[in-house]
Amino acid sequence: MIWDLHCHLSGVAGQTPGERIARLLDYADRMGVERLCFFMGMQWSTDPTPDDFRRENDEVLEAISGHPNRCYGFVYLNPKHEQESLDELERCIANGPMVGVKLWTAERCSEQSLDALVRRAGELKALIYQHTWLKVGGNLAGESTPTDIAILAARHPEVSLVCGHTGGDWERGIRAVRNSPNVSVGIGGSDPTAGMVEMAVRELGAERVIYGSDIGGRSFASQLGKVYGAEIRPTDRTQILGGNLKRLLTPIFRDKGYAL
Amino acid sequence: MTEVPVTDVPVIDVNVYLSQWPFRRLPLDDTPRLVAKLRERGVTQAWAGSFEALLHEDLGSVNTRLAEECRTHGGERLLPMGSVNPVLPDWEEQLRRCHEDLGMQGIRLHPNFHGYGLQSPACIELLEQATARGMLVQIAVQLEDPRTQHPLMQVPAVDVSPLTSLLAENPQLQELRLILLNSQRSVRLPLLGELAQKGKVFVDIATQEGVGGVEKLIQSVPVERILFGSFSPFFYFEAAELKLRESPLGGALRRAIASDNAAPLVARIHSTPPPN
Ligand SMILES: [Zn+2]
Repeated sequence: MIWDLHCHLSGVAGQTPGERIARLLDYADRMGVERLCFFMGMQWSTDPTPDDFRRENDEVLEAISGHPNRCYGFVYLNPKHEQESLDELERCIANGPMVGVKLWTAERCSEQSLDALVRRAGELKALIYQHTWLKVGGNLAGESTPTDIAILAARHPEVSLVCGHTGGDWERGIRAVRNSPNVSVGIGGSDPTAGMVEMAVRELGAERVIYGSDIGGRSFASQLGKVYGAEIRPTDRTQILGGNLKRLLTPIFRDKGYAL
Repeated sequence: MTEVPVTDVPVIDVNVYLSQWPFRRLPLDDTPRLVAKLRERGVTQAWAGSFEALLHEDLGSVNTRLAEECRTHGGERLLPMGSVNPVLPDWEEQLRRCHEDLGMQGIRLHPNFHGYGLQSPACIELLEQATARGMLVQIAVQLEDPRTQHPLMQVPAVDVSPLTSLLAENPQLQELRLILLNSQRSVRLPLLGELAQKGKVFVDIATQEGVGGVEKLIQSVPVERILFGSFSPFFYFEAAELKLRESPLGGALRRAIASDNAAPLVARIHSTPPPN
């Protein structure tokens, strides 16, 4: 059972969200990926206006609408536009089919401006995916590090958070979130560098490590290769490939009546 | 699936390394364990460079150790790719030893770690001499994601753009067989395609990314110039292996990339006669 935490409507031809997701699912079929979470639209904005994120979310809603019980949406928000983001959360999750939240690089996630969003997402049992990186040449102004997500996690110990990309520089990222039990690491969207998954399992436990690809910029192959190639127990592999994501999404799937 | 089925075609992996990466231990940076992995995954031959070559200056001993390590643990499975640094004194002798004393069929260059450009006279001279000897030349364009490099050791990718004019204009390089390893992060696919037109230039798939990545590569680079390279043990071997499944290639193309394209580039090895 493979569930993919981290997919985008990119990397394939297609004029509409529906055309793109259909092509992406051909590859998913070939790689044995059963369920996929999508976020952000056909064109991305690093610091989206409310109109931008509504359009991107509309595209995800359109894409997943033809694939119930297989494709799910995470709502893309910008904490700089707090009320509009709260409204979008209601539209897409409380009153819509989405099951998670995506936050990218508009604002560092340690900022207080995230608190209302995170609290409401927690009430809705939505899973929050926060992009993080640690770039040796310097991050973008609003780009979070794993340390930022550890700070956020301490303020919201009851909300499940995903540290996106494991911080990119995973040897630091894993250490930064080790002491935050409500933070899992998303291993997708980086080179398939050997040792990454082993260290994450060793330091965090397999139950806090989640497979995702970051298609279409990355391949299923390179990111699945991290899990298949890692020297870990078969039970760890099963958890990382899908068990953990299923566990974290189970409460909201139950509320929405989605098949598990 | 909890294990990856072995690829249904024999594999020649043109991009592996022995010894240790300077900045971390890798799960398979021990030659017997790497060889066991390659054997398990159906790799019939792997072309191996040495991580020691990145920072060591005594490349003579690096190359001797590499050849010895291949012979001891690889049998006919490991083909050593020696290292030559044309910026250092007496490099011509290092090349000669690789070829004549150690029987190497190719060399692997790291111009970014060694601090020279491909247009430099020393590099051109090295390429000419390797060509005259009939040796393959591999250029490792980039090893680590530049965003995660050690703060005191930020190594830019090799600039391959000088190759376009070099290959087109230098008659002594017409027979050069050049393999660009780990090229796709920094080199755009159209330039790789142009290089493949200008000379006998090949690329591996270790850093080819994107959904259906190999399909995308084929749109720019002729399929007969695409080779299987895993960049293991730095990368998980399965990452490259699964790329052959992700793109719908069909048996013939998969076989071409997995091994048929690479096989004619090296002579059969007759180092030790098989035991009776
Ligand atoms: Zn992404």
